[in-house]
Amino acid sequence: MNALISSALFGVCLMFIGLVVKNKQSIKYFAILGAAMSFGANLLDCYNVGTTLYGMIEVSSFSVVFNGVAIGATMLYFLLCGSSFEKVGEHVADYFALMFFILAGITIASSFSNLLMLFLAIEIISIPQYILAGADKRNQKSNEASLKYFLMGSFSTGILLMGIALIYGAAGSFNLAEIGLGTGELHPLSLCGIMLMAFALSFKVSAAPFHFWTPDVYDGSPTVFTAFMATVVKAGSFVAFARLFHTAFAGGSISEHWGLIIAIITALTLLIGNITAVFQQSVKRMLAYSSIAQAGFMLFAVVAMNETATQGIILYAAAYSVASIGIFAVLLKLGDYTLDGFNGLAKSQPLMAFATTVFLMSLAGIPLTAGFFAKYFVLAAAIQQGGLLWLVILAVLCAAVSVYYYFRVIMAMYFKSGTPQITEPSGGFKAGLVLAVAIVIVLGVYPNLLLNLL
Amino acid sequence: MLTVLLILIPLVAGLIAFGLKGTGAKVLSLIASIATLAVGVGAWAQFGSQGAESLRFTAEWIPQLGSQFNVGVDGMGLMLCLLTAISFPLIFITIYTREYEQPNAFYGLMLLSQAGLMGVFTAYDALLFYVFWELALIPVYFLCSMWGGEKRIAVTFKFFIYTFIGSLLMLVGLIYIYTQTQSFEWSAFTSLTMAQNEQSWLFWLFFVAFAIKMPVFPFHTWQPDTYEQSPTPVTMVLSGIMVKMGLFGVVRWLLPVLPLGAYMWAEVAMVLSIIGIIYASCIAMLQQDIKKLIAYSSIAHIGLMAAAIFANNEQSLQGMQVQMFNHGINIIGLWIIVEIIQQRLHIKNLNEMGGIATVAPRMAIFLVVISFANIALPLTNGFIGEFLMFSGLFQYNVWFAAVACLGIILSAVYTLNMVQKVIFGEANTLTGTFTDLKAGETFSLTVIVAIILVLGVYPKPLLELVSQTTVWLDKVI
Repeated sequence: MNALISSALFGVCLMFIGLVVKNKQSIKYFAILGAAMSFGANLLDCYNVGTTLYGMIEVSSFSVVFNGVAIGATMLYFLLCGSSFEKVGEHVADYFALMFFILAGITIASSFSNLLMLFLAIEIISIPQYILAGADKRNQKSNEASLKYFLMGSFSTGILLMGIALIYGAAGSFNLAEIGLGTGELHPLSLCGIMLMAFALSFKVSAAPFHFWTPDVYDGSPTVFTAFMATVVKAGSFVAFARLFHTAFAGGSISEHWGLIIAIITALTLLIGNITAVFQQSVKRMLAYSSIAQAGFMLFAVVAMNETATQGIILYAAAYSVASIGIFAVLLKLGDYTLDGFNGLAKSQPLMAFATTVFLMSLAGIPLTAGFFAKYFVLAAAIQQGGLLWLVILAVLCAAVSVYYYFRVIMAMYFKSGTPQITEPSGGFKAGLVLAVAIVIVLGVYPNLLLNLL
Repeated sequence: MLTVLLILIPLVAGLIAFGLKGTGAKVLSLIASIATLAVGVGAWAQFGSQGAESLRFTAEWIPQLGSQFNVGVDGMGLMLCLLTAISFPLIFITIYTREYEQPNAFYGLMLLSQAGLMGVFTAYDALLFYVFWELALIPVYFLCSMWGGEKRIAVTFKFFIYTFIGSLLMLVGLIYIYTQTQSFEWSAFTSLTMAQNEQSWLFWLFFVAFAIKMPVFPFHTWQPDTYEQSPTPVTMVLSGIMVKMGLFGVVRWLLPVLPLGAYMWAEVAMVLSIIGIIYASCIAMLQQDIKKLIAYSSIAHIGLMAAAIFANNEQSLQGMQVQMFNHGINIIGLWIIVEIIQQRLHIKNLNEMGGIATVAPRMAIFLVVISFANIALPLTNGFIGEFLMFSGLFQYNVWFAAVACLGIILSAVYTLNMVQKVIFGEANTLTGTFTDLKAGETFSLTVIVAIILVLGVYPKPLLELVSQTTVWLDKVI
């Protein structure tokens, strides 16, 4: 709750600050301060675990930890990418403000206990994103991305609302704890509602076959905002997805039905994301498809309804967000987003190349990086659940495919020669990269640091 | 604590090496590897006097997962640690005078792979084993890709993807077993009894991972190219030690954990291994490239060891373990000679060589002795291992043994052919300029030949070291 209030408050403050303060660096520092204070406010929520707000929001240790991860990742993102905001356009303070509003949405997504709050959370997350996608007004691709995102997003919101209406019809309540569709008899209305909600949320998290907007939107949006959309925001939407299905729809024969549907969506997402990523020549587009592939892994946390899945999604959110933010930050420094743009980076920028290597290894799920345990937990959750071994084997083979496209970047950096066009990184940027690498490795060696908080 | 040091010394030294400049990394690697060897010998002494339990070390790691930092050794593990500990200083001494680009990264990665190998051979926790398994692989990927031959990038990429797929399948198997034991401890894994049908498919998840690493036919296709393209010191690590990870994995993590699965599929695994022996030997006979010849010879030798594991009787298992050590020593010896030839002549084609015995008699003698060990002639270390393995194979199935025995004959054909082409005949304009061994090279080869001869005449210490594991395995399976 504190995190929600704090991030919303800082969002509003930044809107007004933009009118007065013209120095963009100070705005950035104010935003970092805001994120840090929201982080602190979130910590205070530890004392409120178990409290609810009019049956709408419920503070749990899960929500506190997840909010911590999301706000922490945002802070890292501000540190690494904050300076690039001014390249997009004039309204730097507004961009920061919009991100704080998204954060507010994410904090609701992790703690809603009412379907209406879920709807609000999803909308609060989405609308600022439509604006951010089109922030580069002079760029047609950015405009197209924004429009496409808005149309698709609104469409899926409509479906979500329809789903909520049907669920309300079947269960007679918006309250998560009272819906309890898992326990009763299978009602066609409720199954329809669940399916519509599953599809709508699949749109939001860009799971196949509802992913078509993703590459164009990620590619067209200003890179610095893509970094935020593809990481923190996505993890937030996943948490909403998992929370809704685990709390409201799990158990009984009904979960077999939606479990199968989501398992199929997971399989498709893994296959399409990974196979298409292989053919990309632009690293930015490759990351867009790889984010679809990673969504496939995160969907495991929805399919598997157990405690390991809950731990898995937290770890996945942290591992994936930090590593992806790191790579996008490096990408922002490069003039050329194609694979060739990375040629010879290890010679001219050894630290950046090393950090990128660690991030890519984490995304590929190689041991001693956070990505390994993230993948481990979601796969273990699925195996524990039983009946999903086929999906786990498919995921494992897809992970092997993912090595192909992630390692192509490593090969370009280390084994090929070239002179990458690069904006010389500042000391602060390098420090941020080292911090991100440290987080990835520490969580890779000792994931308990995060899990013990749950 | 000695077991932890075996991992920790190369790990820390490797990380430090990255930050060193000039010859610092080279010197540090040599010192660290000798220190590791000293610790290894200390562990051996302690193993003899106080038993295996005294070398066990356990610490908290991820209690939520029931995973601990649990390391220790049995006879086989200690033997492989010793092999690793002996090999690295020998490799570093041999290449001491060589200049590599970015020496800090080269030596740092070499030491990290040593740490990974030590971890694999000592881990008594499945998750830890998996982590070290990957840790051993990744530095080698970078070593091959950065310092290898012309086609190195594509070749090592194939190698990496192959082994990574295997590893991931193994991980699925490990997680599956974990869901039943709620612990990753080796003893929990081995004391779990699973239904035969479960073991039957789990077997393949593990076997594919280990078979790729060994490699067993038809999972071997990455190997000859990788050996050929890698810088020779890395090939020594790959063929001398890293392939043993696969064999070790079968003995430590497959046979005792899935005995019914292993029993069910033993014949299939043996047939694949024996096909590998004959197939690789035939290709080795046709090779003109000395690196590829040794690579294929290695596939054939490993095939025999793989067959011996699945024959699964006391003699075959004991022979296989002894041979793991001996093969490592012999093949590293052969690679040292290849490295010397390549450094001097920059050629790999056997037809361009010849007459080296006249200009470099010392190296010629070493090559002949090591080649004899490779064929497993009596009085060399290879003999006792192969003898035991074949007698074990005969007990299992006479026909399998008979076909596998052809491998000995073929091995003699291609090895002697290689010796003849390299050192005998007339020296040509290129080989005429060949200079004999330098001090470091002489030292490494002397140590190797000494081990070959001593163990050839008196293999008892090695047999005693591994006998405990063999007896134990025989009881479990």
